[in-house]
Amino acid sequence: MSVFGNTVRATFRALALGAGLLLGASAGAAPALAAGEATAIPDHRFSFEGLFGTYDRASAQRGFQVYKEVCAACHAMKQLSYRNLRELGLSDAEVRAIAATVDVQDGPNDEGQMFERAARPSDRFRSPFPNENAARAANNGAYPPDLSVIAKAREGGADYLYALLTGYSDPPDGVTLMDGMNYNRYFPGHQIAMAQPLNEGQVTFHDGTNATVEQMAHDVATFLAWAAEPEMEERKRMGVRLIMFLTILGGLAYAVKRRIWQDVH
Amino acid sequence: MAIGLHDSQVKNPVLRWIDQRLPVVTMIQKEYGVFPTPRNFNYFWNFGALAMINLVIMIATGIFLAMHYTPHTTMAFDSVERIMRDVNYGWLLRYVHANGASMFFIVVYIHIWRGLWYGSYKAPRELLWMLGVVIFLLMMATAFMGYVLPWGQMSFWGATVITNLFSAIPLVGPDIVTWLWGGFSVDNPTLNRFYSLHYLLPFVIVGVVFLHVAALHITGSNNPLGIDPKGPQDTIPFHPYYTIKDSVGVVAYLIVFAILVFFMPNYLGHPDNYIPANPLVTPAHIVPEWYFLPYYAVLRAVPDKLGGVVLMFASIAVLFVLPWLDTSPVRSMRFRPVAKWFLLLWLVAFAVLLYCGGKPPEEPYVSISRAATFYYFLYFLVILPLLGRLERPLSLPESIARPVLRGGGPLPAGAAAQPMEKA
Repeated sequence: MSVFGNTVRATFRALALGAGLLLGASAGAAPALAAGEATAIPDHRFSFEGLFGTYDRASAQRGFQVYKEVCAACHAMKQLSYRNLRELGLSDAEVRAIAATVDVQDGPNDEGQMFERAARPSDRFRSPFPNENAARAANNGAYPPDLSVIAKAREGGADYLYALLTGYSDPPDGVTLMDGMNYNRYFPGHQIAMAQPLNEGQVTFHDGTNATVEQMAHDVATFLAWAAEPEMEERKRMGVRLIMFLTILGGLAYAVKRRIWQDVH
Repeated sequence: MAIGLHDSQVKNPVLRWIDQRLPVVTMIQKEYGVFPTPRNFNYFWNFGALAMINLVIMIATGIFLAMHYTPHTTMAFDSVERIMRDVNYGWLLRYVHANGASMFFIVVYIHIWRGLWYGSYKAPRELLWMLGVVIFLLMMATAFMGYVLPWGQMSFWGATVITNLFSAIPLVGPDIVTWLWGGFSVDNPTLNRFYSLHYLLPFVIVGVVFLHVAALHITGSNNPLGIDPKGPQDTIPFHPYYTIKDSVGVVAYLIVFAILVFFMPNYLGHPDNYIPANPLVTPAHIVPEWYFLPYYAVLRAVPDKLGGVVLMFASIAVLFVLPWLDTSPVRSMRFRPVAKWFLLLWLVAFAVLLYCGGKPPEEPYVSISRAATFYYFLYFLVILPLLGRLERPLSLPESIARPVLRGGGPLPAGAAAQPMEKA
């Protein structure tokens, strides 16, 4: 989170305090994270932080490419449809083309048979495995979670995703990994079933961006943040306008109140 | 006036025709127009109206959410995500509803605190207070069941932990839990009945709120001085004085609400509830929503399961008998130089419990929770009954009007009687 983001967040917290029972708020929000305590997640700067932050479309498009070429081998995103990609600035033709590269099951047809066809923009992202058991069987017993809302489902959000994807290393002296596990500084417990997914130059970005591990991690974290909260830009815009309106309304209401109460005080 | 018709003062012929047959206009005028209200309310007296507005917001957003939600274990989580993505302004409905629950508890906790500090629970308002405690209990049940509906990990495991509390009841406990679940674990029947009850209970709350307000309009409101109005000089009509003062409070409340909804909609939630419920994977820490944490801390402060459950329910049940535990005839803590410090310490204990409820059940939090729980009950059961006899309260003002005129502002006492300048 940027310094600005921190300030904003601190301000909100102070305001919420003013509303009373803030203790409740901070205690309530922080609580559950204690167990399997991992290393503190460092702040990473994203374009969508702060009051007016928006998703960096180029970064999110690259992030989708990373998802499609790397993550999607194991991780589903079943809450998203191909049509949603238009929100990232892809044209209708591009979205159709992306969908058409994937075959999905449809049916039953008039003969009662299920059949495969090319995906359309209205189809959900195709999942790599038909069910959880199949996913576990193919992944040494571990279940690669659906990534649709992963940025909201992990403490630290996009910061955590970036940290996780860049946090692989050899285990420190004295740490013995269980069979098939990998060492990650930021994963709770430090032993993660997923092998390091991103390696230098693993994808070739169309816009010429150098595909370092950090760059790909940043881009895919941006993409996943958008996937989890596609409404965020509209939400913040509406919030800014509403709070400006309420501030003016509050001033007017208070002025009227003073006027009406003049003869009582 | 025809025989059998209400003697209406309404001028508008249509409204008059209605009012003669069903005097709603007269009633609104009497109860919200000219209703004599103490002139010295501070902004703590906004919170009843705020709670009422919050209830309306919850019901309105809830009805629209229900149009799109699917109460089935295999579809509930996805239907909520569909609301967030594909329903027009569905994200707004859901975030207002989810954060509205938190706002409701913030507002109601302050409303209850107002009652504790100014002695609003004392005669003649005992029943009014008890109806309020009933509303509070209904709110807790409603909020708990609502949190189960998205069918995330905390939904499922929270429901499992809380319903399991009933298994502590001797002999019939396990049977009761099976009966509550509609099966042998939290599952689809549980989700279905929770959804049904989550839709029903808010309307029960509306009914009890009506009784709460009806009782209020019999006894009239308490006020920061805790003394009864002695005549018309002590009161002002509810409208326009308190309608406008409540309006100021409503706008401030909406600003706080909007900050939560638009800029930190998941701040008060738990990330694990965005993981679909999985009966085979237990989260590292199962915590309820923040507004239940004080009671959760009481529950865990007791090493015995049944004892913990009993004490947790007792921590709310004690509020029912509060009007008889507090033996002091003085209502407002402004005039109780000793009791006010004990009450402030009680507030600290409540906040400490809230904090500890969100922490894992290990030292030092368990010991701190025990000390806070001990004081929570000590205040109600020992300190308040004794203080009524031992404490010497400050002398009470003669009337509400006098201290207001004397201390109300820079104007000399006589100036306050001058008519308002022509607006």
